[in-house]
Amino acid sequence: MSDTSPDPPAPTAEEVLEGEKAPVVVFDGVSLAFDDRVILKSVSFALLLGHTKIILGASGAGKSTILRLILGLLKPDAGVIWVNGERVDGMSERELMRVRADIGMVFQEGALFDSLTVRENVGFKLFEETKMPLAEVNRRVEEVLGFVGLLEHIDKMPSALSGGQRRRVAIARAMTAKPRLLLYDEPTTGLDPITSTSIDAEIIKLRDLERVSSIVVTHQLRDAFYVATHEAVADNGTVRIEQADRSKCEEAEFLMLRDGEIVFEGNASQLRAERDPYLLTFLS
Amino acid sequence: MPGHIEDRVKAAVLEVQEYVRLCVTTARAATSRPFYRYDFVEQLDSIGVGSLTVVVLTGLFTGAVLALQSGISLDQFGAREEVGRLVGASMVKELGPVLTALMVTGRVGSGIAAELGSMLVTEQVAALRALGTDPVRKLVVPRVLAGLLMVPALTAISNGVGMIGAWFIAVAQLRVASSVYWNSVWYGLYMEDVWMGLLKPFFLAFVIVTIACHVGLRTSGGTQGVGRATTRAVVAGSVAVLAVDFFVTKLMIFVLY
Repeated sequence: MSDTSPDPPAPTAEEVLEGEKAPVVVFDGVSLAFDDRVILKSVSFALLLGHTKIILGASGAGKSTILRLILGLLKPDAGVIWVNGERVDGMSERELMRVRADIGMVFQEGALFDSLTVRENVGFKLFEETKMPLAEVNRRVEEVLGFVGLLEHIDKMPSALSGGQRRRVAIARAMTAKPRLLLYDEPTTGLDPITSTSIDAEIIKLRDLERVSSIVVTHQLRDAFYVATHEAVADNGTVRIEQADRSKCEEAEFLMLRDGEIVFEGNASQLRAERDPYLLTFLS
Repeated sequence: MPGHIEDRVKAAVLEVQEYVRLCVTTARAATSRPFYRYDFVEQLDSIGVGSLTVVVLTGLFTGAVLALQSGISLDQFGAREEVGRLVGASMVKELGPVLTALMVTGRVGSGIAAELGSMLVTEQVAALRALGTDPVRKLVVPRVLAGLLMVPALTAISNGVGMIGAWFIAVAQLRVASSVYWNSVWYGLYMEDVWMGLLKPFFLAFVIVTIACHVGLRTSGGTQGVGRATTRAVVAGSVAVLAVDFFVTKLMIFVLY
């Protein structure tokens, strides 16, 4: 006699969103064009809680556009975008402000406010958009600047910082309000390898120690593989960056764009094993 | 219609549409929360106090040269003692508001377009939005409100200083008695003139600041684009000041007189 016990009920949307593997960002058939220029062609992917999505591609492939669509800075022509359980593709600017409260963005050149000090830049969101007491904001600002190792530069102007320091201040600014999702737009472009590694380390620390889901847009393969294959380990008050085990490596997924279309999606070892001529050219 | 003309017409219509949209968004944002009061106070200082020197000098020399020129003309009719009446009415009704507005366009309009343009091309405006701050509320509303408050105040100062400049010329060069000059100013001005002189700067301030913000927030093409935006803000602002002055004057003559 066959077992007739019913299947367990499918989880509700709320249960999925609160679960360990909740999708933080979902793109479903998203397309975008500016006049005759197609930027994205039916792009679909999902980013899970605590995972990293590394978007690779040549300049103009549509990588940064994906980040702008997540933030609602651009609207898609077609398709659906979900961020932290909310559909953002049709939201008004006012509604988007609420969604953006849970997202941090690191812009390509940092995009620090040049008329404000490092302290004011990092605490901008808390100073301007919350009613948090000033002492508490300052404490949080000092905490995040300590996290990125720039506490001694707190009262400097952005113009007095080096390129790498500006990127780290931008990371600190993005994480001040403790967002669940961090977006990095070419965070290491134009930096020397040592400074790039320090930025990569910040991305890894935030992902592994603060459990922040992240999307990293880059065309720097060295940094992409470093972020995908390393993990941060806290040990007696110190943080070490070391080679990640296989299961951890699988939490970082690569997504390769070519002319607005996804041509590869998978983890670091799958990407290394690819034999597609375009991917090989890109990886060589 | 040839292709390039059609493109230009479309671009012009789009520009007007975006300008009107910015004005409507600004009006909505100005009447609801949040309001960035520190930015407002900063702009009061930047637009008002920062423009004081240039406006005072403009008013002073305009009043003085007006007295010099009108003195010669009035002499032909034996009416030199009426120089105060002519200078007072001219300054309060027309020259004060328009010249102050043009000076503010040159100093403040260019500054706003350059600042917002630089913020746009360096992604600071996108960063504002990403941080959950509405750029119109944070950048445009404080500037527009500060302009609406400070340009009329600057105009009043310019009018006063202009009359003092004219008084100096009237007494020192035209040999008109001080009391005769001020009497002439006082009796030459009607309440309608004062209203016109006080109301006009509100319209001009709105046009100057909103055009500068609009041009700044539509900057494209990197640092070169910022330079172009600055020039456009001054040119468009100056032409708009003269055009708006004409229409507002016509409207006020119809309403007040």
